[in-house]
Amino acid sequence: MSKKTLVEATINGETVEFLCEPRQSLLETLRDVLELTGSKEGCLTGDCGACTVLVDGRPVCSCLMLGVEAQGKNIVTVEGLAINGVLHVLQNKFLEHAALQCGICTPGFLISAKSLLDRNPKPTEHEVRYALAGNLCRCTGYDKIVKAVLDAAADIRSQGEGKAAAR
Amino acid sequence: MNRFEVITPADLASASRLLAQDGHVAFAGGVDVLDLSKQNVESPTALVNLKGLKELGGIEVRPSGELRLGAMAKLSEVAEHPAIRARFTAIAEAAGEVATPQIRNLGTVGGNILQRPRCWYFRNPDVNCLKKGGDTCYAISGLNRYHAILGGGPAFIVHPSNLAPALIAMRASATIVGPAGERTVELEKFFTLPTVDPKRENSLKSGEIVTEVIVPASPSSVRSHYLEAREKQSFDWPLVSVAIALDRAPGANTVRDARVVMGAVAPVPWRSPEAEAALKGGPLDESRARAAAEAALKDARPMSDNAYKVVIAKVIVRRAIMSVAGLEAA
Repeated sequence: MSKKTLVEATINGETVEFLCEPRQSLLETLRDVLELTGSKEGCLTGDCGACTVLVDGRPVCSCLMLGVEAQGKNIVTVEGLAINGVLHVLQNKFLEHAALQCGICTPGFLISAKSLLDRNPKPTEHEVRYALAGNLCRCTGYDKIVKAVLDAAADIRSQGEGKAAAR
Repeated sequence: MNRFEVITPADLASASRLLAQDGHVAFAGGVDVLDLSKQNVESPTALVNLKGLKELGGIEVRPSGELRLGAMAKLSEVAEHPAIRARFTAIAEAAGEVATPQIRNLGTVGGNILQRPRCWYFRNPDVNCLKKGGDTCYAISGLNRYHAILGGGPAFIVHPSNLAPALIAMRASATIVGPAGERTVELEKFFTLPTVDPKRENSLKSGEIVTEVIVPASPSSVRSHYLEAREKQSFDWPLVSVAIALDRAPGANTVRDARVVMGAVAPVPWRSPEAEAALKGGPLDESRARAAAEAALKDARPMSDNAYKVVIAKVIVRRAIMSVAGLEAA
C-alpha cells in the first residue's frame, strides 16, 4: 500500500485533517474517510455529475480529483447546504417542484445549481440548462429541475429585495 | 486502477527531470490521466503534479495584443475571459464546448491539446492495437463510425481536442521546456500523423512540458468562429468541428486571408489550405462558402461506416464561414 498523505482542507466551513492514499479520489475520500456520503458515485468518469462538489466555489466532479488535491482547498458538499437543519432554498424548491424521483443525481444538481445562483442570481432558462449540462438525471426529464432552479432564483431575489426594503 | 504516488515538484526543472523517468506521467487537470488509469489503459507509477508551478498558470492579453494562455489555465477561465471572447472568439467558443461545466473547471489548456484519442479500441485495455504497440489498427476492419476521414493510416484515430483547431486557426505556438532547454513550435506543426509514430499524436519528447500557448495579436479585421457537430448536447466529443478565422479589408467583403482548421476528422487537427484558397480573393457569399466546404473535404477518404462525417463536415464548414461572414446566425 502506498504511504498515506495528510491533507488539510476546509469542508463545509470546517477545517478538517484527514489521511488518504495518493490514488484515492476526492469522492472516495469524502465518502469513505470523512463519511460524507451525500456526494454520490455514478460513473467515475465525469459523465454523470452525481459526485459534483464545489472546490473554491467552482463545481467539479470529485471523482476526477484526487483526495490529496484537496490540500488547502475550500470544499462544499451537499451536506453543507442546509444550515442548522434548515434546508437551503434550492432544496425546498426541489421538494416543492418534485424535481427528483430516485434522488441519486440530486446532490450533484443542487451543487451545480448553487454554483450558478452564487454567480448569477438572475439566470435565464438557457443559462440554467447550460450550468446543469454536466449532471445527468434519468428520472425527471430535467424540466422540473430547471423550474425548481428558476423558482429558487426568483425566491432568493425577492428575499434580497425584502431585506433591502427592511433596511 | 494501479497504485501510484503523487509527486509535487518544487520547480519546472525538477518536473522535467521527473517526467523523463519511466512510468511518470504529467498530472495537470487530471481528467484524462485518471480516466486512462481507471480503465487500465495506462498504469503510471507516479503522477507528477504540475499544479502550483507558477510558470504554467495564468491568462494574459499583453499590451502588444498577444494572448498568453498558461498550460494550466482552466478551460472555464478561457471560455469566460472577456478579452478572449472579444478578440479570439473561436478559442473561447472551443473551450466553452468542452465536456461539461464540472470538467471545464478541472481541464486545462495543456491537457486539452495533449489528451489521448477517444478511439474505443485504444480505450479498451484488452485490445493491443497499433497505438499501444500492437500491429493492427482494428478500426480498419472493425467499427469505425467515429474514425478518420482525412489523413488516416496506419492508425485511423481522430484527434479529440476542441481547442487545438481554434488555436491553430489563430496561429498559436506552444512553448515547451525540457531537458534540452526551451523551444517554441507552431501548434500546427506540433501534432504528428501516425505515419511518424502511430503510438503518438504529437512531438512532445520525454521530460518535455508544454508551459504555455502564445496566440499572436489578432487584427480587428479578423473574425473567428468555432462550430462543432456532436451526438449529445453535453459531455460529448465532436463528430466534426471546425475553426475559421477570416481577415477582411475593413468595409469590404473580400477575404484577404483565411484559416480553416477541422477537428475530429483526422489523426491531427486538419488545416485545409484548399478551403482557405477557395475563400480568398472574391466576395464572400454563400456560393463561396459552399465552394470552400467542398474544397475542405475534397480529399476525404471515408471508411466503411463514416461517410456521413463527410456530409456533416461540409455543412459545419459552410455554416461556420457563413456565420463569421454575418450571412447566417451563429
